[in-house]
Amino acid sequence: MTPEVEVLSLSSHPLLFLAAMLVKIGVVFGVVLFIVAYATWVERKVIGHMQTRLGPMRTFWHGLLQPIADGMKLFFKEDIVPSQADKVSYILAPMMILVPSLITVAIIPFGADLQIGNYIIPLQVAELNIGVLYILAMAGLGVYGTVLAGWSSNSKYSLIGGVRASAQMVSYELSAGLAIVAVFMLSETLSTRGIVDAQSASVLHWYVFKQPLAFCLFVVCGLAEINRTPFDMPEAESELVSGFCTEYSSMKYALFFMAEYANMIVISAIAATLFLGGWSGPTPFGAVNLLGKVFAFMFFFIWLRATFPRVRYDQLMYLGWKIFLPLALANIVITGFVVVLVN
Amino acid sequence: MANTETMTINMGPQHPSTHGVLRLILELDGETVVKAVPHIGFLHRGIEKLSEHRTYHQVLPLTDRLDYLAPMHNNLGYVLAVEKLLGITDQIPERANVVRVIMAELTRIKSHLVWLACHALDIGAMTVFIYCFREREHIMDIYEKLSGARMTSNYFRVGGLSADLPDGLEQEIRDFIDSMPGHIATYEGLLTGNRIWQKRIQGVGTISAEDAIDLGVTGPSLRGSGVDWDLRRDNPYSGYEDYDFNVIVDEGCDTWARYHVRLKEMYESCKIILQGLDKLKPGPILADCPKICLPPKKDVVNTIEGLIHHFKIISEGFKPEVGEIYQGVENPKGEVGFYLVSDGSPRPYRMKIRPASFINLQALPKMCEGSLIADVVAVIGTLDIVLGEIDR
Repeated sequence: MTPEVEVLSLSSHPLLFLAAMLVKIGVVFGVVLFIVAYATWVERKVIGHMQTRLGPMRTFWHGLLQPIADGMKLFFKEDIVPSQADKVSYILAPMMILVPSLITVAIIPFGADLQIGNYIIPLQVAELNIGVLYILAMAGLGVYGTVLAGWSSNSKYSLIGGVRASAQMVSYELSAGLAIVAVFMLSETLSTRGIVDAQSASVLHWYVFKQPLAFCLFVVCGLAEINRTPFDMPEAESELVSGFCTEYSSMKYALFFMAEYANMIVISAIAATLFLGGWSGPTPFGAVNLLGKVFAFMFFFIWLRATFPRVRYDQLMYLGWKIFLPLALANIVITGFVVVLVN
Repeated sequence: MANTETMTINMGPQHPSTHGVLRLILELDGETVVKAVPHIGFLHRGIEKLSEHRTYHQVLPLTDRLDYLAPMHNNLGYVLAVEKLLGITDQIPERANVVRVIMAELTRIKSHLVWLACHALDIGAMTVFIYCFREREHIMDIYEKLSGARMTSNYFRVGGLSADLPDGLEQEIRDFIDSMPGHIATYEGLLTGNRIWQKRIQGVGTISAEDAIDLGVTGPSLRGSGVDWDLRRDNPYSGYEDYDFNVIVDEGCDTWARYHVRLKEMYESCKIILQGLDKLKPGPILADCPKICLPPKKDVVNTIEGLIHHFKIISEGFKPEVGEIYQGVENPKGEVGFYLVSDGSPRPYRMKIRPASFINLQALPKMCEGSLIADVVAVIGTLDIVLGEIDR
């Protein structure tokens, strides 16, 4: 009698399940933090070369140890809490901004199923049948960190930064969310694994070809949602000094810094999963596919930063509500008609 | 109806985009600026007062520190003023005048590069900043070869120049000027056609020609409001009347217009420099006024007259006749003028500087009240102020 192959779960084999889970979490967490650290190095290098400079060169070969040096430096800086600040939320804010972006990574599938003995282990930290909703929920949580940071610092620049951030994130989340709606209308599932499977047949099945508008909307709105140039309004340094993180120092500031890069990774990974087939193509190695796409997106974001000036706040809101939102809605309507007609 | 009140925010003197130590008290209604009050004086060094205790030659290095982005223009304005006071304006040798014009225009390019760099950086275009500074670095190298200093040149002298052009510098300037239009095209490629850039500066910081004249605004900021006024053409000095160049005027009255005026002025400056290089002929660089200009070193060592003149000029200086004059020059930022009063002693009785930036800054509240915080930054950028000149 051959034992039946089944998906590993807590009930089927608790020990193996826990072990597999810990390994997956460790690997994903480690990889993300590593990319966060080295994204800062890559950003400085890439922008440096685009601007006819060299970027960091002094710490080890071509400045490879720069992220570690930066981390050490920030770690030994004095941790200042302004006397007029609201202590609890001041300390809570940097965590609230970093944690949602890190846990969003949990639902990104990064490879085909693994078979150990009679058990199938999905290469994904958590398989959720409402994965896409989870992404939107976590993105919504991230706003609180920014708002709290801006408000609790009790500084006017921080406050304006925080207010800008909340308005910007809320309005762009809407358009980004509506852009994703068109995707799961086609895939008919909310699970990220299911969406990847629906695109896995060939490169031509990627949703970027079926939903080019949604893809562009999602990338631009994603950019706005994570406050990257040209939408880096909340921390516009030439206007608001440093926006919501003006008053932060030491490791708390480092957390904001990490969150920015973690957010970049998350948006890249989501865009890759939803529109570019995630891990499923074009090479046979799942993790390589996913990482390649993530890096391509991040390079694109860095490139934008080196090229574009900053959009003004009112123009940003205009863009979000009067252009992107109607476009996203129209896209949904058109997709609906096409889906009905094809079926 | 909710109870609303305005918020007062202190922008500067430590702020990334107030170009030094300008302090603005902004009254905000949300993000809209209701009132903007500039506070100045953080960089006051008392240059006007200091100059009353120095001989005319010793004042010259102080003028470098006025508009430190265009030191040669300040030198030029001061030197011309003293020459006018002495009545030796006609005796300046041709070569000295041509070199003065070449260096003044090179300085204009240098100053406009810093303006574009900072203006772009304030609006968020980081790369343009670095590109502009790359070219500026080249001009600073030329400065260094010419005068030994990169910023505070102190190169012109009453009666001419402090030293002749070193070998090969003419060619270096020519090569640089030949490459400059390509560089300006690069900046334009990154900015002019960019929708974000257009949206950020079109219709921002408008000031009508009438207001600009009332407030005493000069330079590119005035020409960007459609007033055709340029001292180089309308009140020429150092032989500017012999050069063929256009005065750039734009009717737009906004930041976008001023952006174009300054960019096109860089092309015009290149034209003037090339004409100057063609005019450059060997000859003396100092006027033949032994009681005013220092004699050559070999005369000091070998002749008794040279030694006496050298000693007198160094120890006492020269004594202009009693009188007062005003001389204005077209600085990259506007009209910089020197008003000198002489009581017959070797030191100026009074030196009053008409600083371009200080007077242009008066227009700032008018230009940014009613707009957004982000526009204040754009307006500071477009006015192209230098705090060294404002506070003196």
